[in-house]
Amino acid sequence: MPEKQKFIGRSVPRLEDRPLLTGQGRFAADVSFPGQWHMRVVRSPVAHGNIISVDAAAALALPGVHAVWTYKDVAHIPRIGFRLTRIEGLTPYQQPVLADGVVRYVGEPVAVVFADDPYLAEDAADLVALDIAPLALAVTEPGVVRKAYGDIEAAFRDAHAVVKVELAVGRHSGVPMETRGAVARYDEARDVLEMHGAAKVPHWNRDQIAKMLGRDINSVQLYEGHVGGGFGIRGELYPEDVLVCAAALKFKRPIKWIEDRREHLISANHSRDQVHRVRAAIDAQGRILGIDDEFFHDNGAYMRTHAATVPDLAAAMLPGPYRVPAYRAAGHIRLTHKTPAGTYRAPGRYESTFVRERLMDAIAAKVGIDTVEVRRRNLIGKSAMPYNLGLETLGTHIVYDSGDYALLLDKALQAAGWHKLQAELKMRRAKGEKVGGGVGMFVEKSGLGPFDTVRIDVKRDGRVEVVTGVASIGQGVETVIAQICADTLGVDYQDINVVHGQTDRIAKGMGAFASRVTVMCGEATRLAAVKLREKALQAAAPLMQTNAGALDIVGGEIVRSGGGPSMTLAALAQQVSEGLSAEDTFEAAHMVYPYGVHVAAVKIDAETGGVTIERYVIAYDIGKAVNPKLVEGQIAGGLAQGIGGALFEEFAYDESGEPLSVTFADYLMPTAREVPDISVLISEDAPSPLNPLGLKGAGEGGANPVGAVIASAIDDALQRPGAVTRLPVTPQRLKALMAGR
Amino acid sequence: MTEKSSITLTINGRDHAIKVEARRTLADAIREDCGQTGTHIGCEHGVCGACTVIVDGEPVRSCLMFAAQAAGKQIRTVEGLAKGDTLHPMQQAFMDHHGLQCGFCTPGFLMLAVGVLEREPDISDDDLIDVLSSNLCRCTGYQNIIKAVRAAAKEMRK
Repeated sequence: MPEKQKFIGRSVPRLEDRPLLTGQGRFAADVSFPGQWHMRVVRSPVAHGNIISVDAAAALALPGVHAVWTYKDVAHIPRIGFRLTRIEGLTPYQQPVLADGVVRYVGEPVAVVFADDPYLAEDAADLVALDIAPLALAVTEPGVVRKAYGDIEAAFRDAHAVVKVELAVGRHSGVPMETRGAVARYDEARDVLEMHGAAKVPHWNRDQIAKMLGRDINSVQLYEGHVGGGFGIRGELYPEDVLVCAAALKFKRPIKWIEDRREHLISANHSRDQVHRVRAAIDAQGRILGIDDEFFHDNGAYMRTHAATVPDLAAAMLPGPYRVPAYRAAGHIRLTHKTPAGTYRAPGRYESTFVRERLMDAIAAKVGIDTVEVRRRNLIGKSAMPYNLGLETLGTHIVYDSGDYALLLDKALQAAGWHKLQAELKMRRAKGEKVGGGVGMFVEKSGLGPFDTVRIDVKRDGRVEVVTGVASIGQGVETVIAQICADTLGVDYQDINVVHGQTDRIAKGMGAFASRVTVMCGEATRLAAVKLREKALQAAAPLMQTNAGALDIVGGEIVRSGGGPSMTLAALAQQVSEGLSAEDTFEAAHMVYPYGVHVAAVKIDAETGGVTIERYVIAYDIGKAVNPKLVEGQIAGGLAQGIGGALFEEFAYDESGEPLSVTFADYLMPTAREVPDISVLISEDAPSPLNPLGLKGAGEGGANPVGAVIASAIDDALQRPGAVTRLPVTPQRLKALMAGR
Repeated sequence: MTEKSSITLTINGRDHAIKVEARRTLADAIREDCGQTGTHIGCEHGVCGACTVIVDGEPVRSCLMFAAQAAGKQIRTVEGLAKGDTLHPMQQAFMDHHGLQCGFCTPGFLMLAVGVLEREPDISDDDLIDVLSSNLCRCTGYQNIIKAVRAAAKEMRK
């Protein structure tokens, strides 16, 4: 009998790679239809103002320009709704697809031009004359996120000491290498509106577009091709997606829109941008008695699809891996005149981990213990698992499902050679070098439900098709899902096609966000594969003149446990008239909680204020790694983005609301020079009890604590605890810090 | 502005007779007029390098070159790297070392690395990082790209 091959837990090569390496990928801009028109958006050059007039005469006079739309052409289309975390008071601030009489940020769509050619559309857009009367910049507070448990007043009343800090995380975002794009096409023969270039949440977007344009959902279909990076920002429903669809219906022409980089940097979701005033009540040993945080979240000009998600997550996840007996957070959502904001990898947690870990360092300094010891004293013990935090987020109760935080801390410190490293850094500092080390801990969340459905078919040629409602944003979904299906069903993972992001292939789907795909879709795949295996064995048993219990599937062949004649799945599929397929759904009321430790060593160049990361160690417990190489890839990529937010990336504005970071020359992302080689320790000490494979998501732990850890290492290099209070620590800021300004 | 002239672009050894405006970028001409969409456009201001192609042996940003400037020159794009079903050592190394995730920046990195290594097969590790730091990737954190290029360099020297 052939050996049964295992795929889960192996770093098998990705199924996705070949077309991407040979130039055969199909990204949004690669989709074209005959006779298509190109859409160009005319964007507000003013941060706040009343639209007096929009004069499109000169644009319309250009040959090849077909139409120019302003608000009156789309006044019947409702504003873009909320996908998550609706809280009271936010609805009036939803974004219209074109500015409704008032512009609220530089980059807001005011008009759209439709023309034969993208160059021409851009020429025409330049000719659309906007008369906008500027208004003063304003700040509005449409809502406050409040979370609390325990007796916070008593905690501060009884405290041995109170530690207070004020901290800020700058405005930065995912900035995928592929800008946004959408191509809509109305197929009159079938009465179907198609949109190509979908990502992240195709089903939700389909339902919304149908609702907004007054169509039945089955007459709107979204298609995800290759997606050039997601990171939370790509694939949310944006005004431009709705505009191409509305125009395709109106003009009965395919409409293509591809954004340029400047547009992307001023119109796709920004993120982070929070200021926290936090205080901790502690006892004499540095144990936390209570944390009280008041923070201000600058959401930019409108409330987009995420509504209160980012501040909600910041407040809900702030306690992290520590025992916090009493807690209170108030997150003030502020609307300003910057680009609207949404989620970005580890949304809310990059911010609140920075706050919590800075607070831990401050407590250590206050009590006079080292930064590792203060963490050890406060960690939630393994025996306390599952640990009910007493807070809710994303419609779920936060219950840390499993974890041994102290063990992972030990492992990370050992991997980093922490004690030796500390000694070396001290010696180098004595010689005048500005070098230092930092440690940060965090709890992530992943595997958000409520459900995922998977259908698996064995085709007549023996290939297996897995159809899911999740999406792929480049993270390796096809490979990982194929590995899970392969193990369960008994086939080679390379014989499996994974279909995702196609609304016409499966009725419902939740998409790809919140590190949910491997957990939710993975378990749904396992369930459906178990069913399919059973079905196949039942169908094969009479044909093979034995009972199903004596059969197994190995390498795509149905074999007898005692040996003897076998039958391929292909042959079976050809003989089962109703087809060989199964469907199942995995439902989850709770998320699963991976956790991690980062350790960094940095060197500051006193001349330039530049920071070099000399060493970086990440330990991350994700329960079970389906493909360790891909998990490491997620962690390394997250780290690079975390470094960006810690040291370089910031959407700056001048006092009139003019964005200053509008090219890659002013929005600085890390390159191969700035991102260090890292050691990644994937740990599987705490499988999730909430799914049989023990899976937890791996997408966000690389980014989560990077700002906090680098800040701690810089403090250490300067030998000034608490010196860093604001991210990013740009060379200018660091030089100012060193000069004592 | 909109007057078009006839030019011939030679891409991966094949001639494409096209009509383009003087202002049309090489990147757009390769993608839209010649149908080779493997070359990607990430910023259109010469920073990200996603559109890197090889023109007469030199890696160039095709978003910063006009199509007309490339007429008569030998242009190589990602579509020309593999020989039939056999991947170029650089492509194979990216696969082996997980040097790509979303794959959008990948063609630019492949052409940059191939172009440089063909010219300078014994480039030092440090110079190689300098070269690779001229393109942006948002998914991988670069280390697997560096590993892949080093491995391919060895293979290409054979």
